[in-house]
Amino acid sequence: MPPRNAHPGAKPEQTFGTLKRIFSYMYGFKVQLILVVIGIVLSAGAGIAGNYLLKPLIDNIEESLTLGKWDKNGFIGILTVMGAIYLLGALSSLFYQRMMLKISTETLMRIRNDLFSKMESLPIRYFDKHTHGELMSLYTNDTDAIREMLSNSVAQFISSAITIVGVFTAMVIYSWQLTIIVVVMLFIIVKVIGSISSRSGKGFIAQQKAIGAVNGYIEEMIDGQKVVKVFNHEAKTCEEFAKLNGELCEAATRANTFANILMPIMNNLSYLHYAVTAIAGGIMTVKGIGGMTIGTVVSYLQFTRQFSQPITQVSQQLNSVLTALAGAERIFKVIDEEPEEDNGYVTLVNAKIAPDGTITESAERTGRWAWRHPHKADGTVTYTEVKGKVEFDEVVFGYEPDKTVLNGISLYAKSGQKIAFVGSTGAGKTTITNLINRFYDVPDGKIRYDGININKIKKDDLRRSQSIVLQDTHLFTGTVMDNIRYGKLDATDEEVYAAAKLANADSFISHLENGYDTMLTSDGANLSQGQRQLLAIARAAVADPPVLILDEATSSIDTRTESLIEKGMDSLMEGRTVFVIAHRLSTVRNSHAIMVLEQGKIIERGNHDELIAQHGKYYQLYTGMFELS
Amino acid sequence: MYKTIFSKVGEYKKQAVLAPITIVGEVIMEVTIPMVMSKIIDNGIKAGKISYVAGMGLLMVAMSLLSLCFGALSARFSAVAAMGFAKNLRNALFHKVQDFSFSNVDKFSTASLTTRLTTDVTNVQNAFMMFIRTAFRAPIMLISATIMAICIKPKLAVVFLFAIPVLGTALFFIVTNAHPRFEKMLKQYDGMNARVQENLTGIRVVKAFVREEHEKKLFTENTDKVRRAQVFAEKLVILNMPIMQIVVYACIVAILWFGGNMAVDGNLQTGQLSSFIMYVGQILMSLMMLSMLFIMFVISRASMQRIYEVLSEEPSIADPENAEVSAKDGSVSFKNVSFSYFGDMNNLALEKINLDIKSGETIGIIGGTGSSKSSLVQLIPRLYDATEGEVIVGGHNVREYSLETLRDQVAMVLQKNVLFSGTIKENLRWGNENASDEEIVEACRDACAHDFIMNFPNGYDTDLGQGGVNVSGGQKQRLCIARALLKKPKIIILDDSTSAVDTATDSSIRKAFREKLSETTTFIIAQRISSVQDADRIIVMDDGKISGIGTHDELMKTNAIYREVYDSQQKGADE
Repeated sequence: MPPRNAHPGAKPEQTFGTLKRIFSYMYGFKVQLILVVIGIVLSAGAGIAGNYLLKPLIDNIEESLTLGKWDKNGFIGILTVMGAIYLLGALSSLFYQRMMLKISTETLMRIRNDLFSKMESLPIRYFDKHTHGELMSLYTNDTDAIREMLSNSVAQFISSAITIVGVFTAMVIYSWQLTIIVVVMLFIIVKVIGSISSRSGKGFIAQQKAIGAVNGYIEEMIDGQKVVKVFNHEAKTCEEFAKLNGELCEAATRANTFANILMPIMNNLSYLHYAVTAIAGGIMTVKGIGGMTIGTVVSYLQFTRQFSQPITQVSQQLNSVLTALAGAERIFKVIDEEPEEDNGYVTLVNAKIAPDGTITESAERTGRWAWRHPHKADGTVTYTEVKGKVEFDEVVFGYEPDKTVLNGISLYAKSGQKIAFVGSTGAGKTTITNLINRFYDVPDGKIRYDGININKIKKDDLRRSQSIVLQDTHLFTGTVMDNIRYGKLDATDEEVYAAAKLANADSFISHLENGYDTMLTSDGANLSQGQRQLLAIARAAVADPPVLILDEATSSIDTRTESLIEKGMDSLMEGRTVFVIAHRLSTVRNSHAIMVLEQGKIIERGNHDELIAQHGKYYQLYTGMFELS
Repeated sequence: MYKTIFSKVGEYKKQAVLAPITIVGEVIMEVTIPMVMSKIIDNGIKAGKISYVAGMGLLMVAMSLLSLCFGALSARFSAVAAMGFAKNLRNALFHKVQDFSFSNVDKFSTASLTTRLTTDVTNVQNAFMMFIRTAFRAPIMLISATIMAICIKPKLAVVFLFAIPVLGTALFFIVTNAHPRFEKMLKQYDGMNARVQENLTGIRVVKAFVREEHEKKLFTENTDKVRRAQVFAEKLVILNMPIMQIVVYACIVAILWFGGNMAVDGNLQTGQLSSFIMYVGQILMSLMMLSMLFIMFVISRASMQRIYEVLSEEPSIADPENAEVSAKDGSVSFKNVSFSYFGDMNNLALEKINLDIKSGETIGIIGGTGSSKSSLVQLIPRLYDATEGEVIVGGHNVREYSLETLRDQVAMVLQKNVLFSGTIKENLRWGNENASDEEIVEACRDACAHDFIMNFPNGYDTDLGQGGVNVSGGQKQRLCIARALLKKPKIIILDDSTSAVDTATDSSIRKAFREKLSETTTFIIAQRISSVQDADRIIVMDDGKISGIGTHDELMKTNAIYREVYDSQQKGADE
């Protein structure tokens, strides 16, 4: 179960570097970005300029009242300029938002693609160390936060900065005396915001913790709902839930009270500022201090309102920007991970094999494959036919450096043989198969594939020459057909049907609502575990590789069905080298060789009859005297 | 729907009402301030009366402080009300789910129930908080600011008569059109996330088949679709701001023009003119707020709908009225029982089952995947109701029992079983809260769990972790059996409960059952013939019907399916 709160810290570590990197994704949008900034400047400037023009307008009216003669043309002139500025402002804000939308969505797409592309290239080891929830939240929470930042916060920050600077400048120009009040108010506002945000921040951390507890409990209890019912535990569960829920309510109320309070406080501090300015401005006008006019007071009052807005906005956005940067940092950390290493240079090619055994490369599909092996020393190229011969030579391996799982495994699988691994969980069965397709690399010992050290083979080509059916079947959103075809993307419909028949999947598929065109969603949730395994077998069959790995491939298929598909399985395995891991010993009976593993060592090997005759561990397992856990 | 959901405000009604009321206080102060300001200009500054300026100014200071108090109070009230509402809603949902029968749970799926209790509740909570904060604020501000403007100069207020409908219509148009576009975007978004999820869980498949490039291509297509849907949806929403600006600016220019003319003619005071400009901001801002409120509402509506679906779901199994019967023994009989998970007689999981099982019998059940073995036994503790026919337990129809009595008598170890976070002992006490330590140890010995438990450093106090991750599959199954044994039931059902246990342990568990629970009717569903071989009778299920019933030896002679299963498992064992 992935942790609900996969966010270790909400604070970014490298604000500037991360910001720069996000912007680096906006390549190709340089001109547009400059235009966006110009648009923001114009739009914010229009608001300031409009208020700035209030003073001459009001003064114009006042003069007309005192002089008794109205400078109507002057009035119209100012008003026209004002209208023009306003129109320009509105149009530029339309323009820059539109452009920013394009830039931000494109940027987001690039980040997503980059992240996914990197994810696909990471070694399996990485996925062992990180939970799905952790990686998933990069795509959901973290990209969402970046989206929010790009489409709202960035523009708002620039616009706010411009407004604050612009309004402040205008205020200083109109009256430096009144600006003293502004500075004092600013000081108070910053103090208030600081203290409220730190409290609400603490509150939100507590809330997050409580949410984690409640969600965890919900998840666990809903998941075990049927058990709760069978044990008549409903009332008790409700009681425990109510307790956690009450704690959440308390924490959430505290956190949200502070968050809610910010708005009215800012708003009303601004009115307070407004009132104080009105008093001071009024007195100054009456006393004639600093050339104050009614027009200045009216303009100034508008400015005080205009001044507080961007501050509130920035303080509200600040949190979301920090969240976005922290999220971006996590995303970039994944993008910076080392991809799966691959120094292989031996590649898989289609081959034509002449009767005398000489192999030539072929451009089209021939149904036969060869390893193309260039030799660096003399520049020659040799070809080896792909047969699926696998050799382990004293292989030592551990998922962690100090904990070995395999201790000196040696084995030899001739092409076309069926090799089985038997042993308890943790004995190293799956590990062996994970090494054959280089999900993990071996530090000690050698694995040879058709006589070639597998480290020399290009990973993709190595894997293409093998098919694997895993214990946990994973299907993808798409039709049944698409899912089987996953094994070979260019398989014809007939090939797909044949593979399905081979795996005995054809009969249940034809019973599905739309047959092969039935959509599978959420990992094939509408199928039973056994049906999913049959599909996975069909998928491996359609790939038609020389080597087949079956890791508990039939564990969820009941013995009767298993015996039904046995024939199909046999023909699937025919002519291939097959590695089988099975819990159920009836599955491995007819193997050429059975390896009994214990603590990373092969303790017994031989065919079924030989092992039974040995009366060793295999015999005990087979007769049910031992538990495989 | 709204009535059901909002009735959950419950004891927080007081705060939910006080929040808008205090906000009205704040709004009234806010709309009065520009009025006072115009008085300062017109009667104070122009007349040169400093005392008037100072007096009215201080009044304004007092008003803004008062407004601040109202605002802060309202913030507090709305937080209390919204969070309390969310709490009640969560509790109600949780209680409801506890009342659900198995088929109710199946209908929703556990994943979707979890989302409804978490994300959906959060959405509704946020919408509710926003609602009580702005649903009154915006319209009252709109109305009172308009009234103030009219009071000052009705003729000038005509400007609003044009501006409000224009802006209102534009906003309405944007909001209603944006909604389907956003839904479409979210759908694309879900699709993209599903792909990521699949790649995460299936990364080994992707790599094994070398499909990295294929997946990248698919994902790029996905992200591009998301991008396009996002642009399509948001390009409408970003119109909000410029339209709002144009209308506000046009109003200001118009007011300055008409107002300026009036002022020159002496029909309007300068202060009044400037207060008018303040009102423009207030009126149009409140319209903006209304449109935001509407968006929030639309977003949360889907969540509300999903919550309501849970709340309005009728538990398909409920206690009968005055149920006082108790089981006299552990006998079970099925009379002509047919059952469908969907209540659909054309899609039956069980068809016309007739069975009579005496108290104390041990019954083995065997059959392939999908042959309805589990469906059969699930009817006994009434996890599901038979679609047709009667299930009789201890001499009474299961429908006559209260669920609690019935399920106390019938212990069931489920196939997909779950342990909960907590210690081993805590988990075992689910079976019987008041079990003594001795009883617990005894049950564990019977289930062959005692030895491995004692091998843990903390013994019975070992913490299991969420979902019992710290024990192996076989150990988990044995703990689940011990838990069921602690109930001391009249009937115990093991639904494939020893599949991960080795045959030797399996047989010693069965031995303990035979010796200690000879009075208890036992049902054992198993894949392995060896698990049921020594049962009093074995039922062979095939495709929802009983294909055969009898002892091992009888079935070996008479039942082809049984023999086939036996052969598939025994091949080679006797060689």
